[in-house]
Amino acid sequence: MTAWLRMAAASAWARRGTLVWVIVAIAIATALLLAIERLRHDVRASFLQAVSGTDLIVGARTGPVQLLLYSVFRVGGASNEVRLEALDEALRHRAVAWWVPLALGDSHRGYPVLGTTTGYFEHFRYGDRQPLALAQGRPFAGTLDGLYEATIGADVAARLGYAPGQKIVLAHGLPGQGSGPMAEHADKPFTVVGVLARTGTPVDRTVHVSLEAITAIHLDWMGGAPVPGFAIPAEAARKFDLAPKTVTAALVGLKSRSAVFMVQRQVQAYEGEPLMAVLPGVALDELWQAIAIVEQALLAVSALVALAGIAGLVAVVQAGLAERRRELAVLRAIGAGRRVMLGLLAAEGLWIASAGVAAGVLLALLAQTAAGPWLHANYGIALVGAAPWSGQALLLLAVWVAAMLAAIAPGWRACRMALADGLAPRA
Amino acid sequence: MAGAAIAIAGLRYAWPGTHEAVLDLPALDIAASDQVFVQGASGCGKSTFLGLVAGVLVAGRGQVRVAGVDWAGLAPSERDARRAATLGVIFQQFNLLPYLSVVDNVLLPCRLSALRAGRCEGGMQAQARRLLARMGLPEPAWTRPAAQLSVGQQQRVAAARALIGGPDLVLADEPTSALDSDTRDRFMALLREQCTAVGSTLVFVSHDRRLAQGFDRVVDLPALNRVAPTAAEVA
Repeated sequence: MTAWLRMAAASAWARRGTLVWVIVAIAIATALLLAIERLRHDVRASFLQAVSGTDLIVGARTGPVQLLLYSVFRVGGASNEVRLEALDEALRHRAVAWWVPLALGDSHRGYPVLGTTTGYFEHFRYGDRQPLALAQGRPFAGTLDGLYEATIGADVAARLGYAPGQKIVLAHGLPGQGSGPMAEHADKPFTVVGVLARTGTPVDRTVHVSLEAITAIHLDWMGGAPVPGFAIPAEAARKFDLAPKTVTAALVGLKSRSAVFMVQRQVQAYEGEPLMAVLPGVALDELWQAIAIVEQALLAVSALVALAGIAGLVAVVQAGLAERRRELAVLRAIGAGRRVMLGLLAAEGLWIASAGVAAGVLLALLAQTAAGPWLHANYGIALVGAAPWSGQALLLLAVWVAAMLAAIAPGWRACRMALADGLAPRA
Repeated sequence: MAGAAIAIAGLRYAWPGTHEAVLDLPALDIAASDQVFVQGASGCGKSTFLGLVAGVLVAGRGQVRVAGVDWAGLAPSERDARRAATLGVIFQQFNLLPYLSVVDNVLLPCRLSALRAGRCEGGMQAQARRLLARMGLPEPAWTRPAAQLSVGQQQRVAAARALIGGPDLVLADEPTSALDSDTRDRFMALLREQCTAVGSTLVFVSHDRRLAQGFDRVVDLPALNRVAPTAAEVA
């Protein structure tokens, strides 16, 4: 037996120039498949983990998906503001544990600015009910003294190179809205006082300031532009009433989830203003279904990649058939039966498929380690830190079996030709 | 019929999927330990004849007995085992597995057949070395990969492999066609000498009549084969 294994090894070594490429083909197919599957899985996961622990999102009446898009993903703008007073009245219910107002509409170098209260840092949850954590500094104070303070997300800090102490200027409006250069609130610069730890959610791309600060920078503005000949210096702004009048949306937490529909009904039925309340999970599902075509496309790409890899593999093995055929003819002439020939082929297919799949897994691991931080920083997709093969055992098994079949099939053809050749190999 | 190395009777063979016979041999007997030269140009059914005698092809009609056993009566795996046990084969070329050493090539039949291994005096390694030495292969070459040898040396290794474990029958199919005349004559002499030494019947197939010198018997295959093309057709 060992003699035959040694022989299979020697035979493979003699064809190493071909076999190396076979292994490379399997490795690439495996790695791509794993990487795409991981990406597909994690895109979905980071998407669905953008908000958690919030029972309702309340805003002006619009579509649930649109409300979710601008309040959580900072995509698009609100059609209408809501009065803070109206929110306060509509959310007067004993089941409401907390609510945090959100005011959107400004930006800093392309990153959205979120006006909120310090309650945001206390109540907001993402992923698996994880609270926000600070990487450096502290949350903005939310007091008059700390009016012009900002706490920034991890991506903002990393991409713009900001650290606590940095002075920043907010711009009016969101990038991509309107034309021409964006008007800036240059007269009232902010100081970065804290940087949030990475979350893998839109929080990473957000600049957080207090609601009062949002009011302050718009004191001398009207209709989206500074009022000509009228300017209130930064210091003087503190003397005005900075209590916010309107916000964009609010996140609501309940004492008990069971009250969610009751509170939702109360908000929707509020007569002072047309309000809507959506369950984030429901809206997220709805949104994901709308873009699930992307997931389908990725799945199709995975399948095609695997197919291309296996096809390349068959081509490579097929090309090496002539040398194999002569070898099998010699073996057959000296009395090697089907069993011996098949055994040799199977042994080779086995170790080639195994080596290829193992190399592919290694490649995927390297790629994940190398590209993970980049993906997170640029696209907010958090590769969940799991090994590339976790949850992919079935996929790996399928690749392994397919690779083995592809490695054996041409050999089996050579075997059958050797049987039909008669005694002498027809070179 | 005991004592006959090959006994062929009423043999008719057509390639699978065809109806036209390429070989039709009413009778051919070759006695054990004889050295027989089978003469025939290409196209006279020579490869078919060799395939049938080696049990790689099986006749649709008639019998091919080698050392008393008809190939047609055996299952495919039994034929493989019997071929390993009773036959040594030498081709025109490409006899060896290029990635194995010379000695490992010679030992292949012993790995396939315990019978062949058991018949090696003093163990199969010793027998392999003895045969290589007798075939005139320099000792330093024995452990080298077969691919590094000259064609003449490779044919001598193939002969050693065919002879190891004293098979009943050695089939040689134009084994000298790739050799120059000096090496050819030496190879012929060594092959016949060693067949005698191990007691194997030798069936040597060639188109070259000049090689027939010294054989016990010459068989003219086209003359025996009733469906062989005439000389005019071959030309």
